[in-house]
Amino acid sequence: MPWTKIYSNKEEFEKAAAGSTLRGITYKEAILEATSRMLEQDKSVFVIGEGVDDAGGVFGTTKNLHLKFGKDRVMDSPLAENGITGIAIGAAISGMRPILVHMRVDFLPLTLDQIINHAAKWHYMFGGKLSVPLVVRAIIGRGWGSAAQHSQSLPSLFTNIPGLRVLMPATPYDAKGLLRAAVYDGNPVIIIEHRWLYDHMGHVPEDDYTVPIGKGIVRREGKDATVVGISYMAYEAMRAAEALSKEGIETEVIDPRTVKPLDMGLIIESVKKTGRLVIADTGWKECSVGAEIVARIMEESCGILKAPVVRVNLPETPTPASPALEKAYYPGVDHIISAVKKTIQK
Amino acid sequence: MDILEFYKKALTIRFFEEKVDWLFSRGLLGGTTHLCIGQEATAVGVVGALRQDDYIVSTHRGHGHLIAKGADITKIFSELLGKREGYCKGRGGTQHLCVMELNFLGTNGITGGGLPIAAGAALSIKLSGEDRIAVCFFGEGASNQGTFHESLNMASIWNLPILFVCENNMYAMSTRFSDISKFDDVALRAASFGIPSVIIDGMDAGRVFENTKKIAEKIRQGGGPALIEAKTYRFCGHSKSDARLYRTREEEAAWKQKDPLPKMELKLLEVISQGEIEVIKRSIKASVDDAYEVAVAGEDPGVEEALEGAYAQREDLLPQGNI
Repeated sequence: MPWTKIYSNKEEFEKAAAGSTLRGITYKEAILEATSRMLEQDKSVFVIGEGVDDAGGVFGTTKNLHLKFGKDRVMDSPLAENGITGIAIGAAISGMRPILVHMRVDFLPLTLDQIINHAAKWHYMFGGKLSVPLVVRAIIGRGWGSAAQHSQSLPSLFTNIPGLRVLMPATPYDAKGLLRAAVYDGNPVIIIEHRWLYDHMGHVPEDDYTVPIGKGIVRREGKDATVVGISYMAYEAMRAAEALSKEGIETEVIDPRTVKPLDMGLIIESVKKTGRLVIADTGWKECSVGAEIVARIMEESCGILKAPVVRVNLPETPTPASPALEKAYYPGVDHIISAVKKTIQK
Repeated sequence: MDILEFYKKALTIRFFEEKVDWLFSRGLLGGTTHLCIGQEATAVGVVGALRQDDYIVSTHRGHGHLIAKGADITKIFSELLGKREGYCKGRGGTQHLCVMELNFLGTNGITGGGLPIAAGAALSIKLSGEDRIAVCFFGEGASNQGTFHESLNMASIWNLPILFVCENNMYAMSTRFSDISKFDDVALRAASFGIPSVIIDGMDAGRVFENTKKIAEKIRQGGGPALIEAKTYRFCGHSKSDARLYRTREEEAAWKQKDPLPKMELKLLEVISQGEIEVIKRSIKASVDDAYEVAVAGEDPGVEEALEGAYAQREDLLPQGNI
């Protein structure tokens, strides 16, 4: 399908889409469009967060929505992350569908009391009497000296908690469809978006649609090794797969799209075929999403691996500021290529 | 204010809590619990001044708030006993009691956790253009939490229809408020957010009612948030294992002189006789005992129920005809 493809920039997209009548927009435009449509259709939807009404509009994802829908429905908020989260929860349990936006994932740790102690537990501990249809969007920064406190990925803070869902869309199509799915899921959903995906382009239908939560996707088929690429790393994995293909190694690239729940069926099917697995993640290694994938393979089908798993993660330090250090810090296409080769050599 | 109704509610709370205390001492109830014996006047006075459709967000010491809101004490007992018939099917227990049909948005095991949630319910009311209000109970201990300051600030800047009710019983567990705050009054803090506040005698149900009524109506008419600080005292310990070594027996005796129940009885004697009061007492005591007996004879949830309900299935949420 055209919208399952990953394109990094406009040129790449236009080259591939030549002659097609399908519309292409960027990842950030896809989020803006999904949000705008829901505000239009559903009075219970509102957007809240620090700077959602500023000129940039959270890197373009809420741009000018306050002009269209008013400041009551696109609410700028004080710097009080835990409090805003509680307010969004209170609104959610009393009939609203808040979309809470944080410009950085790094601000989520300030909200953990309300998310972990409250939102995640309310449906269960109150005997199923009320659900918390809360969506929290947060963005992973990278580059421009984002450094230690403006660059974290942190899905594992939430994947450990029953009651939460964690989505990490990698394409414009998924960004739009998963945001809509999240708002109408009825549970607290954390969406972690990578800033470097914001200008990526892809086919996005103008109509409303949802992408099912918990369904991953095969971005590229291959028989020799499986690479699970999470969020931005799905794109790096595609580049690695293309390079490896020139050397005769055919890599299957899986984008899980949602990391809680994880589409383990899809991953296991692929590894059954290839026998080799590389996991490329935007965060650190210990107790990561990758760790969960490996553990689940061990639990469910431990005989399918022909070689040890290789994981591509951030090194075990906080993120440095200096561009020179940053270059050494972030793994990318080359690391994935080496990782795949390592699984094949064994 | 119907003094007889208030008295009956307050008495129900007292007998309920005493029964819970007794059950604990006999080992018939597990876990922990936080009793509000002594604080009944704030529960009946505040809740009695509200409408049924107003939201209430409560605290860890919330049985009184819930009973005042009209909950069925059998179902509260059932929840405390972990029975299927409990308000939360036995999954919540004392600190997580929620009754949506009464607009009671939960007791809460995290001190200060309910403050922003109540503000969120108030935001919902405002965005929907309704004339309900949200009421948030909290203790003086919670006023040192960030959520207190964050919530009051947001309630103020957005002019939310919310009444913050501080039940200042002087002790956060064993910690005296004067040891953790420069000032004795939580109400002072409201001023820094431009929120009007009053300090009242929380042992006097009539005074609590009159103040709440007046303030709640003002909020209902768009007057914005307000804070009531009710000075009160829990006659029992913080929780079941508290020997109350942090306060003197003299202080306790002085507060017991202000017990809200005898005060209500004095008022009642203007309209009914002592004999009639005794009949009421016996009847409510019996109804609490009966409620417990019904609850304890209830069913334990099936083991499979422990694993149900972490996620809501809300297919109903999706707008029609858009996909």
